[in-house]
Amino acid sequence: MALDDLAQKKSGWPGSGLAKGLAVTLRTMTRKTHTAQYPDTLPELPPRSRGVIGLFEENCTVCMLCARECPDWCIYIDSHKETVPAATPGGRERSQNVLDRFAIDFALCMYCGICIEVCPFDALFWSPEFEYAETDIRDLTHERDKLREWMWTVPEPPALDPGAEEPKEIAAARKTADKLAAAQAAEAAAAAAPGPSDAPGQPGAPGAPGEGAPS
Amino acid sequence: MNDTLEVALRLLAVFVIFLVLPLVIGQTEHKVMAHMQGRLGPMYAGGFHGWAQLVADGVKFAQKEDVVPANADRRVFQLAPAVALLPYLLVLVAIPIGPDNAVGEAIDAGIFFVLAVMGVGVLGSLMAGWASANKFSLLGGLRTAAQLLAYELPMLLTAASVAMAAGTVSLPGMLDAFEWWWVPWQIVGGVVFFVAGLAELQRPPFDAPVADSEIIFGAYTEYTGLRFALFLLAEYAGIVVLSGLTAVLFLGGWHGPFADELGWLWTLLKTLALAFVVIWLRATYPRLREDQLQKLAWTVLIPLALAQIALTGVVKVAIS
Repeated sequence: MALDDLAQKKSGWPGSGLAKGLAVTLRTMTRKTHTAQYPDTLPELPPRSRGVIGLFEENCTVCMLCARECPDWCIYIDSHKETVPAATPGGRERSQNVLDRFAIDFALCMYCGICIEVCPFDALFWSPEFEYAETDIRDLTHERDKLREWMWTVPEPPALDPGAEEPKEIAAARKTADKLAAAQAAEAAAAAAPGPSDAPGQPGAPGAPGEGAPS
Repeated sequence: MNDTLEVALRLLAVFVIFLVLPLVIGQTEHKVMAHMQGRLGPMYAGGFHGWAQLVADGVKFAQKEDVVPANADRRVFQLAPAVALLPYLLVLVAIPIGPDNAVGEAIDAGIFFVLAVMGVGVLGSLMAGWASANKFSLLGGLRTAAQLLAYELPMLLTAASVAMAAGTVSLPGMLDAFEWWWVPWQIVGGVVFFVAGLAELQRPPFDAPVADSEIIFGAYTEYTGLRFALFLLAEYAGIVVLSGLTAVLFLGGWHGPFADELGWLWTLLKTLALAFVVIWLRATYPRLREDQLQKLAWTVLIPLALAQIALTGVVKVAIS
């Protein structure tokens, strides 16, 4: 490889390397620059950017999984139980968790995203919002109202790649729908079949479930 | 009275050019170098694409403390920036801008005057290096001296070649004698003159005397504030002078379409194009080592310059 390079270098006319260098800088000058003019223009962040964690508190059941899984314990949750009266007469009263406080200390958070992964009720989301610097480290502990506000900045999940596998829930739904359609088709076929060939065929067993529909 | 007024007007014009063009080239350097490196360069000062960046720099330099080291040779140390800057102003007076005596002051031995005075400019760096009482400054000064010795000769030889071709040493006279085919005829000399001039200005890739990674800033290490700014201004004034001289000697100065009305524009355009090349070279090439620098001067430029003189002589005899 190095020898090839050397041979190539030797084969050029004298000064060709110098000319090549000049060509590179001139070409770079005509192209777009890479400078990000950040405060003037906001950066175009890729989808799933890890800016800040938003809380969709309507989904939160205070299961505490996020707080327990957090590697640096930066999620603070307080809650109390409330009793919900029985829904039906004679039924049992149920108790329900009510969220009192949900705070994330972003001075401690290391943006690992484990809380978002473990949340079984889709209450935590990544938001690309990143401009929340503070002058005091204590101000970096953000309470539930702020976290709820950040929910509005959570973008729609990006579309799947054209060749990607179907999402599991859609695949399952499709499977069920296909099964149902197949069953209905079979039913319809069975209903249609006995019509013309009613007399000679078997009047008994196979026609029996199909006969319920036309009648 | 009329003569006095005319002289005053001419000197004023030269002075304005001397103050404006270096700043224009400095700003161009900011922007061109930035874009050659995929950056934007200054964007804030003055509002539109940082056009006032150098004005802001000047204000900053003027506000800074003017420090003279305790062990420095005070007088020489304080005088050095002026010695570095003023020769370029004097050279500018002698460079013809357009036809019909459009020159600050027509000097009969113009080319001698110009080359001699340009050599004085380098003296400023030597004074600064010697007077600063600093090892790095001294090293920078010595490198400057070595570079001056090596590159003054090819510059002189190629200028002599043009003088031979024109049969005169007066700069306006040379331009009056200029024919378009002088450009290919003197092209080697032109390249040698330009490269040697770059080395004399200590511009990259010949900036070993101020190599910041080796000797901090060479002869200018101890300078602060306005005196430092004057050294920087001298560098850019030097670019103006070198580009202007190369344009006049080798590219035909004001010659071009509609030269009678637009001669000054042709001079300006050629000068600016050459200044762009100076910037381009800076953005492209790494610094030459001290020994490579000497080798280039003595084994490449001087033989080429001598060959150019021989060629000029042969062609001149063949024509006449």
